[in-house]
Amino acid sequence: MKEKKHQKEKDKKNKKAIHRKSTSTVRETEEREGRKQKLLNAALDLERRDPKELDRLFPEGFKVLSPTAILGYGFPPESFFRGIERNPQLIAVDGGSTDPGPYYLGAGKSFTNRAFVKRDLRFMLVEGLKHQIPVVIGTAGGSGALPHLEWCKEIILEIAKEEGLSFQLGIIPADIPKPVVLKAFEEGALRPLPFVPPVNRRAIEESPYIVAQFGVEPIIEAHRKGCEVILCGRCFDPAVFAALPIMLGYDPGLALHMGKILECAAIAATPGSGADCVLGILKGDCFILESLNPARVFTSASTAAHTLYEKSDPYHLYGPGGMINLEKTTFIELGDGRVEVRGSRFEPIQPYTIKLEGSRPIGFRTICLAGVRDPIMIQGIDGILEEVRAQVSSLMEKEGIRGAIYFHLYGKNGVMGSREPIQSFGHELGVLIDAIGETQKDADTLCSVTRSTLLHYGYKGRIATAGNLAFPFSPSDTPMGEVYEFSVYHLMEIPSQRLFPLKVEQVGGKG
Amino acid sequence: MKRNILDVARVIRSKNSGPYELTLDILFKDRKWYDLFKNRKIVNEELISQLYKVKQDEILGIIWFEPVSAVKITIRRPCPSGSPGDTDIYGAQQHAPLLGIEFESEE
Repeated sequence: MKEKKHQKEKDKKNKKAIHRKSTSTVRETEEREGRKQKLLNAALDLERRDPKELDRLFPEGFKVLSPTAILGYGFPPESFFRGIERNPQLIAVDGGSTDPGPYYLGAGKSFTNRAFVKRDLRFMLVEGLKHQIPVVIGTAGGSGALPHLEWCKEIILEIAKEEGLSFQLGIIPADIPKPVVLKAFEEGALRPLPFVPPVNRRAIEESPYIVAQFGVEPIIEAHRKGCEVILCGRCFDPAVFAALPIMLGYDPGLALHMGKILECAAIAATPGSGADCVLGILKGDCFILESLNPARVFTSASTAAHTLYEKSDPYHLYGPGGMINLEKTTFIELGDGRVEVRGSRFEPIQPYTIKLEGSRPIGFRTICLAGVRDPIMIQGIDGILEEVRAQVSSLMEKEGIRGAIYFHLYGKNGVMGSREPIQSFGHELGVLIDAIGETQKDADTLCSVTRSTLLHYGYKGRIATAGNLAFPFSPSDTPMGEVYEFSVYHLMEIPSQRLFPLKVEQVGGKG
Repeated sequence: MKRNILDVARVIRSKNSGPYELTLDILFKDRKWYDLFKNRKIVNEELISQLYKVKQDEILGIIWFEPVSAVKITIRRPCPSGSPGDTDIYGAQQHAPLLGIEFESEE
């Protein structure tokens, strides 16, 4: 029964293939391929082509497969293969974000899981190379600095070895050398983004890695050099999707806006998912979004709503070298679960600026989680914690241990802190002691003494004299390692794209 | 009749817009409510400043986005994402004060 179904699907596929062939003669196809190749060989002039010519070259549109929102988030294989069956011209994936906070960039660690990054990449590399579809990976390892790039490259090489793959690998680092950043700082060429404190020399020097979000230009260079797999350091999320079509002459506004949506994969579909595949179909004068899982659709509302996501201004999306202007963008439902987007424009901004990101270590953390059920203690909790903090701080000062104590009060204002508008209490509180010291040892000491002081603190009106905290665990304290803070989040003018030198390596034996 | 924003919004959410900004989105169920909120300026700087205990110069912008009948408010984070004392690294649970918005309506 199953086999029969399988055969049926196979027949259907064959029929489709035959149908495709018969729509254009072999000669036409050859001509088209030749012109495509010519385009691929063209100089990096970013010249726009006539939309009609592009639609003749790619009659079904330029199809980009986005397997998942962030490399390592996973995707259903069925959705992925549905995408491969559509003969895409590009497979691209975004690998990173600053959302998980400053630790990952500064510490050179990935916030995504190695096993699942490998799992996702295996599908992409094997199928991409089998069908000669370029594979582009953005913001390697979550933050896109050199250790992240190295981490992701190692995974790629492992897969290549295991699967017997050979290909040209293009690697584009995004690290900006410290002297370049310091020079820009001295010249006043670093511009802080809103609410970002002014940067200083020390902050730059103390940041282990300073990366810049690069745009499409270095990726285009890698495509032009014939790289079959391109691994990017920190880059503008849409760039990995938009570089190849922009190189071919597609409208950069449409290509980048499509990339902006594809970088989140099915998050922009409904029901949304960060772990499912979608297809973007770029045409001369519009693009179409299509879910590769029949359980989801794109609606004009879901697509437009996504434009708001994580951005401060939905009409103007700023990126390297310019801005995507969505003032005239329209989202039209095609009635088959697909949405057509028109009118997005790219406006170059001179001088060309890129966004720098850096974070620096500021100490070590130890935490302790405990519960409070005593209503008298809960009533007086703010005062009690202040008294405990003062007592511990004075003790630490005498011992020459420097650090800071933060209390997170779950059940009171643990989520919103000082901005919490509701001033009522639950019948129990979660107290998270968050101790930051100059060394791990100091943080351990600070946390331990805060915990023991709070446990036996004789607050005013106390009737439960045996202990103030309920610990769920033994040991009660957990060392958390190094703490980082964002140190650089500034725009920098760049004179040339030479800041992002492409390295091309042959992986495996030649072809 | 006094009504609550939950009657007329389909999405109310918060999220980081970079490590230094918090952005709040209200997506209305339909254009009618978007127009009502926009025309009557129900969501304004004064209200946001009161709900989020921010000074007016800590409000980056309130932008009405017609294509999806939404309003977007971007404010300064109380501290940069992940800095000591931060309570919500992704900023994804800072929307609750918006849920209390009430307004007068004939419907």
